[in-house]
This record gives sequence, C-alpha cells and structure tokens, in this order.
Amino acid sequence: MLLSHSISSFGKYCLFLSRVFNRPNRWNVFLNRTIFEITKLGVDSIQLVIIISLFIGSVIAIQMQLNIASPLIPAYAVGLATRDIVLLEFSNSILCLILAGKVGSSIASEIGTMRVTEQIDAIDIMGVNSANFLVLPKITGFILFMPVLVAFCIATSFLGGFLVAVFTDIISVSRYVYGLQAMFNEWYVWYGFIKSLFFAFIISSVASYFGYYVKGGALEVGKASTNAVVTSSIMILLLDVILTKLLLQ
Amino acid sequence: MIEVKNLTKSFDGKTVLDNVNATFYTGKTNLIIGQSGSGKTVLMKSTVGLVRPDSGEILYDGRDFLAMNTTQIKNLRREIGMLFQGSALFDSETVIGNIMFPLIMFSDMTQAEMLDRAYFCLERVNLKGAENKYPSEISGGMQKRVAIARAIALNPKYLFCDEPNSGLDPRTSILIDELLADITHEYNITTVINTHDMNSVLGIGENIVFINKGKNEWIGNKNEIYHAANEALNEFVFATDLFQEVKNYIISSAKPLQK
Repeated sequence: MLLSHSISSFGKYCLFLSRVFNRPNRWNVFLNRTIFEITKLGVDSIQLVIIISLFIGSVIAIQMQLNIASPLIPAYAVGLATRDIVLLEFSNSILCLILAGKVGSSIASEIGTMRVTEQIDAIDIMGVNSANFLVLPKITGFILFMPVLVAFCIATSFLGGFLVAVFTDIISVSRYVYGLQAMFNEWYVWYGFIKSLFFAFIISSVASYFGYYVKGGALEVGKASTNAVVTSSIMILLLDVILTKLLLQ
Repeated sequence: MIEVKNLTKSFDGKTVLDNVNATFYTGKTNLIIGQSGSGKTVLMKSTVGLVRPDSGEILYDGRDFLAMNTTQIKNLRREIGMLFQGSALFDSETVIGNIMFPLIMFSDMTQAEMLDRAYFCLERVNLKGAENKYPSEISGGMQKRVAIARAIALNPKYLFCDEPNSGLDPRTSILIDELLADITHEYNITTVINTHDMNSVLGIGENIVFINKGKNEWIGNKNEIYHAANEALNEFVFATDLFQEVKNYIISSAKPLQK
C-alpha cells in the first residue's frame, strides 16, 4: 500500500516536472519572475544563513577542541576538522535541511494558497501553463542563488570558529587559521557546491509539487507545507548518501 | 454559442452530471441555476476544461473542445474570460497589475498600450482610482469588479462567471448583475453565469438552464420561469414567500416583472 502510494506519487511528481520544464510563454516575464524569486527565496535567506553558520561554526570549533584534545594530535587539527566538517556536510546538507524548513514551507504555502483560492485555475483558464509560470522561476532562482548561500555559510562558519579562537583561550588564532589551510583539498569545495545544487532543486520542486496539488482549505495548505518539508528533508538525506558515494569515492 | 451535448461526469462512482444538454447563446446572459450540490459548478468547470468529463461533447461555435489538442485548447482559452467565486485575484499584484496580467502574457501591445487598455477596463467597471491598491485593500464587490475587468481585458468571446454574487450585499449584487449584462450586450459575448441568487435569475436570466440532481430539468428565460410546471424548479426558485408573492403577482397581472 505504502509502496504503491509512493510510486504513484513519484509518477505524479515526474508528470508535474514535465509540465514545469516547458518553454515559458514570455521570456521577459520569466526573467522578471526569476529575479523576484532570487530576492525572495535567496537574498531573504542570507540573514538566517549568516546567523546559523556563525553559531554552528563556533560550536564546531569548541566541540572539536573538547573532543580531540590530546598530546598526540596537533592543535591546528581543530581548524582542520572545523573546515572539513563545514565544507563536507554543514555548508550544503545541513544548510539545505534548514532551508527546506524556511524556503520549502514558504513555497508550499504560497502555491497551496493560490490553489485553494482558485488563483491557479485563473492562470490555467487564461491558457497559461500555471506549473511552468509559477514553479520554473522558483526552481531556477533558487538553484542559481544556492552557491551564494553556500559561500556565505562557509565564510561565516569559519568566522564563527575564528571568533572562538579570538575571544577564548581554547585555541590560538594562528593555529586555527593554520588548521583551516592545512592539507586543503579543493575538491571538497566543489563537492559542497555540487551537492547544494541538487538539494536546491529538491527543496524548490518538492515544495512546489505539494503546494500545487493541495485540495481543500487552510488546513490542507498547512499539511502540504509540513509534508513538503518532511519529504524534501528525507530526499536530501537520501541523495546526500548517493552523492557522497559518487563524488568522494 | 456554446453547445453542451450529453455531458456526463462521475466522481468515485457518484454521477454528478447525467447526460446534460444545454445551449449558451451569444450576446445573452446564460444562467445555470440549481441547488448546492446539483452539479452546476461541475458543469461550468467541465465546459471550461477545469474538469474532464467522462463523456459528451462541448462545442464552442462548432469547435469540439474535448477533441482539441493542447495547442488548440491554449488558443481557445485566450478567447475565454472567467470570473471565479472568490474573485481569484493575484494577491501579490495591484489592481492594475491583475488586469494587465493577461495582456502581458498574450498581447503584443507596448507597455503604454497595455496600460491604456487596463485603465479602460478599470473605468468600464467603475473602479477608476483603485488601480494601485492590492486585492486585500478593497472590498469584495470591488474585487469582483476587478476580476470582471481582468476577464474582459483580452476582449473574450466567452465569459464564465461562477457565483458572481456570493458574499455580496443585495445592492452590490444588482450592480454586478447589471455590469455583466451590459458587458454581454455591449461586446456580444457568450456569458455563462452560475448562480443560485434568485434576484439574478429574475433580473438578468435571458437563457436559464436549471440543473437538478445532475440533470437539466428545465430550460427557459426569466419571463417563462413564472409559468414553468417543473416542480423542482418552482420549489427552488420560489422557495421564499417574497418570490412566491412576486410569482403570484406576475401570473395574476399577466405581465413580465419590470425593474
């Protein structure tokens, strides 16, 4: 039962995407809407990303120091471990899980409300492909802006660790900075960016799908929003495993 | 003219439309009436393609809607304007933005021409001055009028209105009815109105289709309705004492009701 429901939902999701990925009616309208979505979904998320990254970066640095404090391990390992955790997992997977909550619920509730108030029907009646008109700019805008969010996340996480080094005595600034640079593998940065693009697609498309097919009223919009966040989070975690296997091994 | 032939639609085994036949004439206000749950909304949604019927034919000036491919449907929809029950205005757009939406999507007009057209439509529905307000800042009646302005922006051949009077006070309802009737005659549009407002039925019903339990039981106009022998229709239209008295007066004086 659950399996057949999952397969049926996946099929419906694929059909939905085939409607989304069509040629827009008007390219200038599409570009304007994409810029609008970049602002709404991306730029408006920078503040949240900075706050979370700053604190998590600090916490990672402190916990690394507490957990790997040993005369056998060099002190700069705190910076190194902080860097690798941020680059490999936090700046992409964990960040996207957080964004699935903020951006995903926002998309699902916006499109869901448009559905229950017949705004989507109004677009369809005019002969406009509503899925393409509403969803493609969101997916495009969010994917385009995701690397910027990841870059902000990496920078502010490192800054968080740096502030711990500056304001506490658990690690010296020079050793933390040296650790950030030691044995640097450039591919880790690309790996994070590549993963984030896939996650951005999942967040925006899954949330749009749940919003687009809402039936009922305000209660169902709320449920769709919750389902969108839960489903995209699970898909992010699943894809994280697959992409890690493909990109790092 | 829109012709609906033998239209049938079921949901989960329950027949909602059962071989419905109706003709909606050009230049007339065509009303679909019936009790809540009688199938009139499904009939309208099937006619515009929001619901796929199980069987039957829908002909838009002879063009078989159900046999059309995607491109033909898209082209036909550009000839259709629709006013939804809740107005369905875009919350994120101003009044003028809402009216300009179909023009931006489909016309080859310049920005200035589109603005001119949008202001003309706004003036036509007597809403000049509200152009920069958002839908949440205007009343329900004004929202309906904006939705009408948006629906006529592209000079549609067919105008569908789903319960245009719902949630409006009687005076505003009459204004909306008069506006729809005026627009229908002025632009020679095939207007189809889905309603259970008896003031609308007796006021602007030039062609009335009565749907009862998924079947069309009676077809006529606002003058013929007083003399209709259909029991379900009489129970529905003349349910209140007021309308019963109006009916008695009309029949006894043998003349149609004047405004």
